[in-house]
Amino acid sequence: MREEAEIIRQEYLRHDKKFPHVWCPGCGNGIVMGALLRATHNLKLSKDEIVLASGIGCSGRMPTYIDFNTVHTTHGRSLTFATGIKLANPELSVISVMGDGDATAIGGNHFIHAARRNINITAIIINNSTYGMTGGQYSPTTPYGSKSTTSVYGHVEHAFSIAELAVTAGASFVGRGTVYHASHLDKLIGQAITKRGFSVVEVISNCHVQHGRRNKLGGAVEMMQSFKNNAVTVGKAEKMTTEEMEDKFTIGILADIDKPISTEEYRRINRQAERDADKVVKAKVKNGVKRYEE
Amino acid sequence: MKSEQQLPVLLQGNEAIVLGALAAGCRFFAGYPITPASEISELLSLRLPEAGGRFIQMEDEIASMGAIIGASLAGVKSMTATSGPGFSLIQENLGYACVAEVPCVIVNVMRGGPSTGLPTSPSQGDVQMARWGTHGDHPIIVLATSSVLDCFSITIKAFNLSEKYRVPVIILSDEVVAHTRESVTLPGPEEIRVIDRIAPSVPPEWYKPYAANNRGVPDMAAMGSGYRHHVTGLIHDEKGFPTQNPQEVDLFQRRLHDKISKGFNEIQVSKSIMMEDAEVCVIAYGSVARSAMRAVKEARAKGIKAGLLQLITLFPFPRQIVDSALRQCRVAVVPEMNMGQICREVARVNRSETRIVKHNRIDGQLITPEEILKYLVSV
Repeated sequence: MREEAEIIRQEYLRHDKKFPHVWCPGCGNGIVMGALLRATHNLKLSKDEIVLASGIGCSGRMPTYIDFNTVHTTHGRSLTFATGIKLANPELSVISVMGDGDATAIGGNHFIHAARRNINITAIIINNSTYGMTGGQYSPTTPYGSKSTTSVYGHVEHAFSIAELAVTAGASFVGRGTVYHASHLDKLIGQAITKRGFSVVEVISNCHVQHGRRNKLGGAVEMMQSFKNNAVTVGKAEKMTTEEMEDKFTIGILADIDKPISTEEYRRINRQAERDADKVVKAKVKNGVKRYEE
Repeated sequence: MKSEQQLPVLLQGNEAIVLGALAAGCRFFAGYPITPASEISELLSLRLPEAGGRFIQMEDEIASMGAIIGASLAGVKSMTATSGPGFSLIQENLGYACVAEVPCVIVNVMRGGPSTGLPTSPSQGDVQMARWGTHGDHPIIVLATSSVLDCFSITIKAFNLSEKYRVPVIILSDEVVAHTRESVTLPGPEEIRVIDRIAPSVPPEWYKPYAANNRGVPDMAAMGSGYRHHVTGLIHDEKGFPTQNPQEVDLFQRRLHDKISKGFNEIQVSKSIMMEDAEVCVIAYGSVARSAMRAVKEARAKGIKAGLLQLITLFPFPRQIVDSALRQCRVAVVPEMNMGQICREVARVNRSETRIVKHNRIDGQLITPEEILKYLVSV
């Protein structure tokens, strides 16, 4: 384990000037980054073939630290850049890391459309229920009643369930993990990257500095313990009543379906178009008619 | 045997843009339906797959712009096309393309604004927006088309400049240029010069993606080509990593501007028609330039020494070209389908006694030759 950690540290991190990182002590982002690196390492993907894209916010800084092809895009737009990259070079393994505000507020439209479209991209969404970098404003996943710097009287809106949203939008693979269940997260991310089609991993994470402190949820350790206590595996949740599931959430694989992948559909279209173009040229010569397009 | 491109064909401006893009090597397009630009998307959805390229219709123009930047980062020449409302949406990621120096081409087929405005009428209302629309001090190249043949050649020029200077290039067309059908003879492939971005020649471990060289334009590696690097919208050092060091920030910001300034001679293009002995000139661009051409010819027939300076490059504003026209003429008429967005640039660079006359039409109708002629006769 220690040996593996050392290999990953040496092999994958950009040491020159990039550290110390910007994340607060105890932040869950580092655990997600570790899980991502262990997953790609175990899958034996080469660094050259991986593109890691991110949006804006604390999660947005992750690509800076990792020696892949990395793109730190604009707020919420990570998946749009990823879509262009993947279509331009389908050989690349494209992973997009986002936060909850990034993916489901400003980037919400891109998120559901990426899931619908089913391009072979992996989306990792770190859900810490707040906008950490800008100072703890409420996000689309801030629970009802919670305090934040923009809901000082208690939050009056309701939260998205990101993984369920992804399932409904049509993602091929949807998993949810937490930063407490780190080795489970390694596996989930690995499965998501391996899955052909749009895959989503929602990671429940802690922002004890902005969200935890204002809501008396304790520090990083207490918040992680609450993830341990409240996470229920998908299989176990099926046997539980709605009352028993109150304040709890499921972890594991929420969807794993097979449907045509856009990236491959585009390849099919290319082949078809090239064939048709040949046909048109032949037909044209035969009829002596010239289409302006040719 | 003549290639098919050299036979006369009946095309509309939007179609000519598509053919120009394909000839320039564009192999990725992302767009969102909008009048009067939709034909560009439609035709490319047919033609790109034939050429081994990819077409995608995104969920909005923000996403379209993100996708073309992504494709360009992966080494594929890319383009989007839109009109006013969509042009507002692309501005966010347009700034990203400026700061991360990602080559790409954006076509804005201008229609009447503000807001939803006049979707099926021509306008030149987005000229200053093309220059300044995205936030922050940034250099950008803006070209204007006035005819179907222009649409073909200017699109190629746009791609070439974009690739050479690693800068987004905006093509301003308008509803009339887009939908007018003209018989044109396009140049054959052997007459077309295509410029591609320069890939790094150093070993990957030496590659600095944003290091200044004598051109001011860093070599560009495609994602997945073995030159792993970081791309960000934050101000970055020569390795591409975020920096707030004032020296590094200053160096970077100035290089962005300088790389364009160094290319002024090549970037700034215009056409001078009957300007040799002109005493009165019309300074025009886009579809208005065509009315102006007719007006100038008619004025000449009346014995008036009139000329036309047609601007193709609107930004960086061709100060020297305009300046020499202004020094030569007593009066310069600047007709525009807006309230004077280029006229203010003309006035800004006017260092002589030349009288500058505005003519503005913002009712969604074209400026006619007669309207311009009236000025040429009366001044």
